[in-house]
Amino acid sequence: MAAENLTAGEYIKHHLGHWTVGEGFWAIHVDTMLFSLLLGGLFLFLFIRAASKVTVGVPGGLQNFTEILVEFVDKQVKDSFHGRSALIAPLALTLFVWIFLMNIVKLLPYDLFPYLAHAIGVEYLRINPTSDINATFGMSLAVFFLIIFYSIKIKGAVGFSKELLLQPFGKWFIPFNFILKVVEEIAKPVSLSLRLFGNMYAGGLIFTLIALLPWWIQWSLGLPWSLFKLLIITLQAFIFMVLTIVYLSMAHEDH
Amino acid sequence: MNINLTLLGQMITFGLLVWVTMKYVWPPIIKAMQERQKKIADGLAAAERGKHEQELAEERAKKLLQEAKQQANDIIVLAQKRANEIVDASKDTAHQEGERIKASARAEVEQELNRAREHLRQQVGDIAVRGAERILKKEVDAKAHAKVIDDLITQI
Repeated sequence: MAAENLTAGEYIKHHLGHWTVGEGFWAIHVDTMLFSLLLGGLFLFLFIRAASKVTVGVPGGLQNFTEILVEFVDKQVKDSFHGRSALIAPLALTLFVWIFLMNIVKLLPYDLFPYLAHAIGVEYLRINPTSDINATFGMSLAVFFLIIFYSIKIKGAVGFSKELLLQPFGKWFIPFNFILKVVEEIAKPVSLSLRLFGNMYAGGLIFTLIALLPWWIQWSLGLPWSLFKLLIITLQAFIFMVLTIVYLSMAHEDH
Repeated sequence: MNINLTLLGQMITFGLLVWVTMKYVWPPIIKAMQERQKKIADGLAAAERGKHEQELAEERAKKLLQEAKQQANDIIVLAQKRANEIVDASKDTAHQEGERIKASARAEVEQELNRAREHLRQQVGDIAVRGAERILKKEVDAKAHAKVIDDLITQI
């Protein structure tokens, strides 16, 4: 417990607040941006280091690690994506590693970073970017735009419009088809982002509740939950990646 | 959990990350992996080839060895045959020589015998004539009775 004088409700609320600059829609969650950039930077640092020193001969530890990840992602892409694209596999790798990193900071000691932030005068701090809907929705919207972009690129504007208007029930149900299709397309980014956000947000909430227990018993719930969370974290990153690949491959398929 | 400008910031961040990954991370790693795959495959193929070649060489060596053995055997057999022939030939020669020596010895003996017989005949003839001369002293004329004596000699 960071502040003994807070009530439970205030404590939870404190943990759900963001380090915000600005007002209303023009506000920016500095903590989300900061940590997502930091972790993105870490991802790029590691992988560019590995990529610049890459060798055909016996690989070193870092190269081995990155190659396992690259091969894993490559296999997923090859399994579900049948077109040829220079973008999809790197996109999937970025998504997987970045989301994994953004998720895993959740397992760091829960009160440590807000406490440190408090020391430098920042009142609210959430270090887990994926429990901010802006972060998850940002990624899924980017994926959504890619879906639209590829749909139009592959099928042409006319083909894509035809698909929106004429499927699944033929030309006598055009308005109905259109509504159905639009809902289907919009459901993709919404479900992508909400799934990740919901998992991370709820997980964080449980950590907050565990932190409200007396200090000597916290480990008994904290440890199992952290281990379980480790599973969820990997799984959510994997699901986000695989669904992105699947959606993009659907965008590439001509009916 | 209100939507705000962070959303846009996240999208931009995401886009940049993907771009950098696509440009600088993915291609070298995947290229190296493919090259290594090829290298390993080549190595395995070479090993396989080497093994095959070794098998062939072994087979060839075995064949050569067998041929050499066969040749040695042939040579031994031939040599034996030749030796036998030589032994046979010398045996023959020796036999013939023996025969020849025997024949010439026999001829000599025959000759000697004949000569002895002739000699004996002559002596017997002489003795007979002398005996007859002594017995018949006067009335026997050696010349007149020579024919009788010769008949006698031939009968001996």
